[in-house]
Amino acid sequence: MKDGDPRDDNKTTGEGVHPTPLLDELEDGPWPSFVTGLKRLRDEGAPNNRKMMNDLLGQLNHSYEKRLGFWKGGTVSVYGYGGGVIPRFSEVADKFPESKEFHTLRVMPPAGYHYTTDVLRKMCDIWERHGSGLIAFHGQSGDIMFQGTDTEGVQKAFDELNELGFDLGGAGPALRTAMSCVGHARCEQSCYDEVRAHRTIINTLLDEMHRPSLPYKFKFKFSGCANDCVNAIHRADFAVIGTWRDDIKIDQEKVKEHIATVGRKYTIDTVVNMCPTRAISLHDDDTLEIDNKSCVRCMHCINVMTKALSPGDDRGVSILIGGKRALKIGDLMGINVIPFMKLETDEDFEKLTEFAENVVEFFADNALEHERIGETIDRIGLPAFLEAMEIDPDPNMVNHPRTSCFVRTDDFDEEAAKWFERKAREAGLRVAE
Amino acid sequence: MNEQATTPRMPDEVGVPDPFQYMHPVLKKNYGNWDWHDRPRAGVLRHVSKSGDVIYTVRAGTQRQMDVFTIRKLCDIGDKYADGHVRFTTRSNIEYLVADEAKVAPLIEALQAEGFPVGGTGASVSMVSHTQGWLHCDIPGTDASGVVKGLMDMLHKEFVQEKMPNRVRITTSCCQINCGGQGDIAVNVQYTKPPKINHDLVANVCERPAVVARCPVAAIRPAMVNGKPSLEVDERKCVCCGACYPPCPPMQINGDDSTKIAIWVGGKHSNARSKPTFHKLAVANLPNNAPHWPEVKEAVGKIINAYKRDAKHWERMGEWIERIGWPAFFEKTGLAFTKHHLDTWTGARYTMNHSAHVRF
Repeated sequence: MKDGDPRDDNKTTGEGVHPTPLLDELEDGPWPSFVTGLKRLRDEGAPNNRKMMNDLLGQLNHSYEKRLGFWKGGTVSVYGYGGGVIPRFSEVADKFPESKEFHTLRVMPPAGYHYTTDVLRKMCDIWERHGSGLIAFHGQSGDIMFQGTDTEGVQKAFDELNELGFDLGGAGPALRTAMSCVGHARCEQSCYDEVRAHRTIINTLLDEMHRPSLPYKFKFKFSGCANDCVNAIHRADFAVIGTWRDDIKIDQEKVKEHIATVGRKYTIDTVVNMCPTRAISLHDDDTLEIDNKSCVRCMHCINVMTKALSPGDDRGVSILIGGKRALKIGDLMGINVIPFMKLETDEDFEKLTEFAENVVEFFADNALEHERIGETIDRIGLPAFLEAMEIDPDPNMVNHPRTSCFVRTDDFDEEAAKWFERKAREAGLRVAE
Repeated sequence: MNEQATTPRMPDEVGVPDPFQYMHPVLKKNYGNWDWHDRPRAGVLRHVSKSGDVIYTVRAGTQRQMDVFTIRKLCDIGDKYADGHVRFTTRSNIEYLVADEAKVAPLIEALQAEGFPVGGTGASVSMVSHTQGWLHCDIPGTDASGVVKGLMDMLHKEFVQEKMPNRVRITTSCCQINCGGQGDIAVNVQYTKPPKINHDLVANVCERPAVVARCPVAAIRPAMVNGKPSLEVDERKCVCCGACYPPCPPMQINGDDSTKIAIWVGGKHSNARSKPTFHKLAVANLPNNAPHWPEVKEAVGKIINAYKRDAKHWERMGEWIERIGWPAFFEKTGLAFTKHHLDTWTGARYTMNHSAHVRF
């Protein structure tokens, strides 16, 4: 504890309490109030929490008055690591000295965000001792954010969290903390073992997280199906999305039950007519027919008829590379560079990990400073990226072939020959080397 | 001298923790073996395994930024009324896993009694996915938790019931970096003035070539100002994005006259039905009016109400607008369509109507 003071030091409940008239207005209303929580730390928290929270509330109210933030970054880390701490130094520390340092520890959560109440309580105890008592579950980076401590507290809190089995996440130009959906743990729509993919890839590349040395950030996200509950395609440099190759599974009896419950017209309106590729027909006897060759695995009909329909058995993943928000060239979504990769056996997972390592290595070697991999691909063109990754072009990678004629095609015949050779191999034919 | 006492503890690089040690035993036992699910009521999911096992999930909203007292209270509820195993959603809702159906109703009652709204499932408005703002960010234009508190107070009813056409995912972001992400509705700071430069500080604080390189429209160039090396901004080119501010804090982008809020609509992460989409501008230049942001709430309310009235079941915000067309969107929401809705960025031409398809 910072001052070694017992809890009978009532400084923060006495005259020294900063008035917070603007924040007070955020205590009413039916939604849980973060202000009420901050005040409770100020009034009833551990002595070190109380003082820090009093000044933090003072500074926050000051922000509400001035409509400006008053934090600056800096450099704070723990022994052995270069990243994972978000340093914050107050610009108004003369008025609010007890929260002059208010650093955040980004801590990686268990894959799928599972906790016991026991481990949550232990985290609370640690952060009450060495920090402010304020924790966010979770930040947009996917981390548990232990918000608010000084430089000394950073190391102490980390040591105890690390003993508890937790590790720092990513910050700066580095591999970032990944996210995975609940997936296999509780969802019948999940098409691969998200926990295994998430942990295997991140823990293999962990050095890139703890010792930032990439051109810019690099994010992995893992969604078990195309519903993409962790927003991977928009937000991840490397999105792993579960899918399947064979037919959607249909339980026709349950189709009939669904129709009997919600009605035929409603089923036509919400299932048949909403199929993006017009691949579904409803027969007169209330059974469904799906043209699986036209199906794009969007998940809509499965979402509506959760009992009657489910993904096929030949499952795996699509991998999309290059998603990110506006800076610098504008929003990018991931490009589907691997339409299907089987992901079941040890070998499959090794192949996925090897591909992840290759992509990160390519990024490290070829991206400009502060360039995301989607921007690198945009700059050099997808064919150059595919060539470097030894991936063959596939029509599933595009909405449509190029419309621009500005391209040199004198090796078109050789490229076409490769296509026919691949098709022959896929058909099981023997092809001369 | 005690060598050990002076040697710092080196980290145990454990990486991503193994979730199975924290996972509810029914989830662990049925990992990868689930059969179907339904939602007995708003805020409750029932998942049934191929083994016949059943698990109930009760979902409740939190304030995300939680004090230890709140977390311990959630844990107390989890120990007394559930099975001691919880998880969080990507939108900061807490989920209690319970194997016994009889526990569901008392758990809901306990959560509600402590002020945690139960809902956020299916066709509801779930918790706003948001950022840090004035509480912790070094470059914020606004607060995050405050805006979200105001919005969720207003939308509380739509969180605890499933009466929307489809799910509504709202995000907020305190600058144009947009850490909150894409959403059916995105409430984002939109700066309206070029940075104000403190030329006394630039040379000492900023790595000038890196700042020049950061600008998406090449509006920044090195300059000598008052005999000091600094940077200047071509204000005719500047798009007021704030990209120069993080690497160069003396180029202050936020301020009372500059920090405004824009609302964007029709972003979608999911691939269900239509492909994922980015959100599109609905309205800009709303005031950054802490602590209640009434103008933002009013605009969000108009959009949500029009969508709720008009969209078909399973249509997301963007899909509804795609069907009715943008003229109808602006008419039904009462918002203005301006020249600023016409995109001018790379690829803008692909956002224009190159056809004779028009709506009246």
